[in-house]
Amino acid sequence: MSNHFEADVPASGHEDEHGHVAVDVTTLDAELIEGPSLATPDVAEYALWLGDDSLILAQQLGAWISRAPELEEDVALGNVALDLIGHARSLLHYAGTATNRTEDDLAYWRTEPDFRSLHIVEQPNGDFAHTIARQFIVSHYLFELYSRLRASADETIAAIAAKAVKEVDYHRDHSTQWVLRLAQGTDESRHRMITALSDLWPYVEEIFRDDPLIDRLEGIAVRPSSLLPAFDAAIAPVLAEAELEVPRGFVASGGGRTGKHSEHLAFLLAEMQVLTRAHPGASW
Amino acid sequence: MTRTITPDTSATAVISVEEQQFNDLIEADSRIEPRDWMPEAYRKSLVRQISQHAHSEIIGMQPESNWITRAPSLKRKAILMAKVQDEAGHGLYLYSAAQTLGATRDDMTDALIAGKARYSSIFNYPTPSWADMGSIGWLVDGAAICNQVPLCRASYGPYGRAMVRICKEESFHQRQGFEILLELMQGTDEQRQMAQDSVNRWYWPALMMFGPPDDDSPNSAQSMAWKIKRHSNDELRQRFVNMLVPQAAVLGVTLPDPDLHFNEETQQWDLGTIDWTEFHEVLAGRGPNNAQRLQRRRDAHEDGAWVREAAAAYAVKQIALKQSAGTKEMAAS
Repeated sequence: MSNHFEADVPASGHEDEHGHVAVDVTTLDAELIEGPSLATPDVAEYALWLGDDSLILAQQLGAWISRAPELEEDVALGNVALDLIGHARSLLHYAGTATNRTEDDLAYWRTEPDFRSLHIVEQPNGDFAHTIARQFIVSHYLFELYSRLRASADETIAAIAAKAVKEVDYHRDHSTQWVLRLAQGTDESRHRMITALSDLWPYVEEIFRDDPLIDRLEGIAVRPSSLLPAFDAAIAPVLAEAELEVPRGFVASGGGRTGKHSEHLAFLLAEMQVLTRAHPGASW
Repeated sequence: MTRTITPDTSATAVISVEEQQFNDLIEADSRIEPRDWMPEAYRKSLVRQISQHAHSEIIGMQPESNWITRAPSLKRKAILMAKVQDEAGHGLYLYSAAQTLGATRDDMTDALIAGKARYSSIFNYPTPSWADMGSIGWLVDGAAICNQVPLCRASYGPYGRAMVRICKEESFHQRQGFEILLELMQGTDEQRQMAQDSVNRWYWPALMMFGPPDDDSPNSAQSMAWKIKRHSNDELRQRFVNMLVPQAAVLGVTLPDPDLHFNEETQQWDLGTIDWTEFHEVLAGRGPNNAQRLQRRRDAHEDGAWVREAAAAYAVKQIALKQSAGTKEMAAS
């Protein structure tokens, strides 16, 4: 479509270092990683785990846009959500190659028990401190995960990880800065940060559980339990600087990897899938 | 004898050297920069226009962000997120441009949430269907582009430069809107109906975005003399309709104006009568979503107050820490 009002507008690029995703379709397509091969059933299941985590978290962060505490955060949380949706699309696309399904078949036409997301990404946005606490935990985990997955024997997984690691590094920094600001800002923000961290902490244990699938993906997947020391080492100095303690308390039951989800997921999926499901077979 | 004092705008009036320089710059189509002298009225007019534009970007995020969580495919979700995020970015550049004229972001934000500042009335219309994401892109962003491309040459430097980047992004926004509608028009009967219904709802409000007719536009003449504004409301509206007609044909949608026809003499599309009563109703705050839009902005601002306070308090503490570290270093050396 041509538009003669565009002629005198010179090009201007985005220079954000972790990559701003423009509405430009070319840029959006460049966000996606597609490997040459089809995923085996086990690799597809693994891609589904990681893809679902990113998708559900992106869906939650997307709800902040136009409601953030300041405009800069509308932009920042939007950027994080966009990066995650990019990872989700690449991973779900790859997962779908095993069963001849598209990323949208997987996102919109599976029901709750077929999702593989961790409970931590299903936890609601809450106040800004809860969103930051969730993001802080997940970004640190994803950074360690994708750092290691760059060496995966599966080329597609390795390529997705190589792109994602640079982006989650930024997410890690963004949430870390906010943990520090909130923990050491005002009495109210400190109180809210402590509450948020203790509300989210019960869901940390599930992230590092080794489900049986991992045993079948030697060299391709990363054993979640093996990431825990690096995760602990990375968050310890932040918590120390913020004068926060690792919360003690119960460990949530988890079970997301086998389709046992929190109550929150069904509501989230109902909203996400409503339009698509009202028009089976339609293209958008 | 009493004398009425009126601003003297005649060429023979004695004016200061600065004012002469300002007039020369405008005359030469050159740019006025923040440190240059400018008439107070020019400054006020710009602050009004730029802040209204910024507010429009910010309020304009809402009707579209409604659909981020329900976008019907992951690609559409990504595009919509990027688009709404671009709008937040546009709001930021524009507030910055207004700040170069001495306005503060706090004052501008307060005026917006207090309901004292204006923003584009178009965003007071609801987005009940997904097709509205298409209509907003195609019609609303399309109208915005017609209005805004000439602003890239606005006489005030920071505004003109902000508009260059904004327009570049807006043209992608318009394209994605067109693409959404095209996809719907090539889809199922229900999807086509959704698209046509949405175009019916957005067409007239989009035409009203160019503002009142030229003979009823109070601020236009001075803005054009100062070269902030380059074309009249009616001129831009006409350009827009001329651009829409062939695009509507490609889409296969009908523009809801039974009187729309091609005028052989002027080689332009003549439009039917615009119902300005509705425009004035929405402008007066009685549009379908005025109260809701302001409430959501107010809620976001108020709910986020503790976060902004925390960030400010943290920044003060960090500065104090650095200063005390600096003092210790000096004492040690």
